[in-house]
Amino acid sequence: MRRRRRLTAKHGFTAWAVVVYAFLFLPILVMALFAFNKPSAAALAGFHGSNICSLPPDQIGNITVWNGFTSCWFSAGLHDPTFIPAIVVSLQIAAEAAVISTVLGLCAALALARMKPRLRAPFDALVYLTLVVPEIVIAVASLIFFVQARNNFHAFPSLGKATILIGQVVFNASVAMLIIRARFVGMGDTLEEAAYDLGSGPLATFRQVTLPRLMPAIVAAALLSFTFSFDDYVLPAFTNGTTNTWPIVLYSAVRFGLTPAVNALATIMLGVTLAAVVITAVILRRSRVRVGPGQVTAPGLDAALGLR
Amino acid sequence: MAVAEKTPEVAAVPAAARRKRSFRPRYPAWLTAPSLLYYTVFFLGPMAILVAFSLATQQGFGSLRYGFDTSQYRQITSSLYLTIFERTLLMAAVGTLLTIAVGYPVAYWMARYLSTYKMLALLLVVVPFWTSFLIRTYALKIILDPHGYLAQDLGINVLYTKYAVGVGLVYNYLPLFILPVFASLERMDWTLIEAATDLGARPFTAFREITLRLTLPGVVTGGLLVFIPMTGEYIIPNILGGGNYEFVGNVIGDQFNQAQNQPFGSALSIGLMAALSVFVIAYILVATKEEQFGA
Repeated sequence: MRRRRRLTAKHGFTAWAVVVYAFLFLPILVMALFAFNKPSAAALAGFHGSNICSLPPDQIGNITVWNGFTSCWFSAGLHDPTFIPAIVVSLQIAAEAAVISTVLGLCAALALARMKPRLRAPFDALVYLTLVVPEIVIAVASLIFFVQARNNFHAFPSLGKATILIGQVVFNASVAMLIIRARFVGMGDTLEEAAYDLGSGPLATFRQVTLPRLMPAIVAAALLSFTFSFDDYVLPAFTNGTTNTWPIVLYSAVRFGLTPAVNALATIMLGVTLAAVVITAVILRRSRVRVGPGQVTAPGLDAALGLR
Repeated sequence: MAVAEKTPEVAAVPAAARRKRSFRPRYPAWLTAPSLLYYTVFFLGPMAILVAFSLATQQGFGSLRYGFDTSQYRQITSSLYLTIFERTLLMAAVGTLLTIAVGYPVAYWMARYLSTYKMLALLLVVVPFWTSFLIRTYALKIILDPHGYLAQDLGINVLYTKYAVGVGLVYNYLPLFILPVFASLERMDWTLIEAATDLGARPFTAFREITLRLTLPGVVTGGLLVFIPMTGEYIIPNILGGGNYEFVGNVIGDQFNQAQNQPFGSALSIGLMAALSVFVIAYILVATKEEQFGA
């Protein structure tokens, strides 16, 4: 009797999980599928050109239903005069944000992890504050700050790539610090102690013992920071000046009309990301790291998810 | 022995001698200086200017005089803006509860019933994050579009209503909730459940008295983790609410984009943070209490 009941509970949970996964992935499948959607029949009837994917957003008709298959949106997206430059700008800012945030976060994490709680508390409070304040508030506050700073100090950059970067590093440095510190605390100090006992100096110990073991957390922090920055709309929307990032271009497209070319580019990017993850997972599986006596772990997934 | 060496008296011993006796690798405190400086200039700086702006007086278009003008704050308490604050907090609360209701069983399922595919299931929860937030919200808009299949064939026409905003909130924040709750369920000792059922507890009673209690801190943390960004949400109400169902974040944005009433936008921002701080402080109080009682 009990055995049968447990089986049904398990089935119930599995069914629910399937429904939730379908809910999570349905929009993504829709995005990929509708990258291949033709303009509506009504729009095509009045079109006499050769490339149906050259139709502008306001003339492609209803594209929220399936009109037929075409793959020309992929080349239309890759040749769009605004999309690719905006993606390049976003990639550049995200890479810079990842490096700066990770360096700031690493330095702070090293010092904070072994600091007395009483000394650490104010810094911790500041870090949590940067995470708790809603992004829209940080965005408008940064906007007025940047404008005032520019008006009073001419060396300060005007609104653009630089100000987007400056604003994003605040949040990302906090995330990076928390991830790296969690790993650093979890590592313990026995191996460092051994290195010192064997006559290694502080810098050599850091370079040869501490840093390599922190690497999974550092990589995870940099990747997360890159992702957050690349996908960020709200802060850049207020501090961009005339610079267009990919999310800003996407947002105006979503609000004021878009073509499946946007879906096509998003699908390409998801494909590249998935491929990168699979490749990374394979590499990490091959280079399993020995963390402690008898403890073997693959750095990566769980560290990257912040579960450690 | 090790404990004795950590007592304050040892701090008086010169550094070299201390290293010999007990090892406590420390990195110099000045390593915090770069980020401290960064936060002070680029986080506390903007926040200070925000406060100054919220107390300034608007003089014509785009120029203002600093002072101690509280009229912006009084304007917030007018019924129009109170309604928006109420709506934002209510929607975020409902969105959080829905996220918990949808996400908890999934995290439970992963922790309790999966072994080989546990990491894969977890990875699949994160995959949606690799597609732009805007693209995912746009894809939801396609699904909910009045010309789409859902509206035409199933008669579910909810785009630009609060229901669409609710779906968008749950959709976008679900992974963010599942991860921490999974982490706390993962630490569960399932033999406790076996013991309870062996002693005659009904499965649901065992769940309520053991699993739920042990994972409640994780649920509260995960809940707060999605509640906070939901109250500051800007994109979802704009795209899925179509301007019919604005959150405080949208009104703040409008003051800086269209209305150009920066003092009022600043006051609204401070108001939003004040409303949020109530929840954060309540959380901190609960969390420290939990710690004291060793839960």
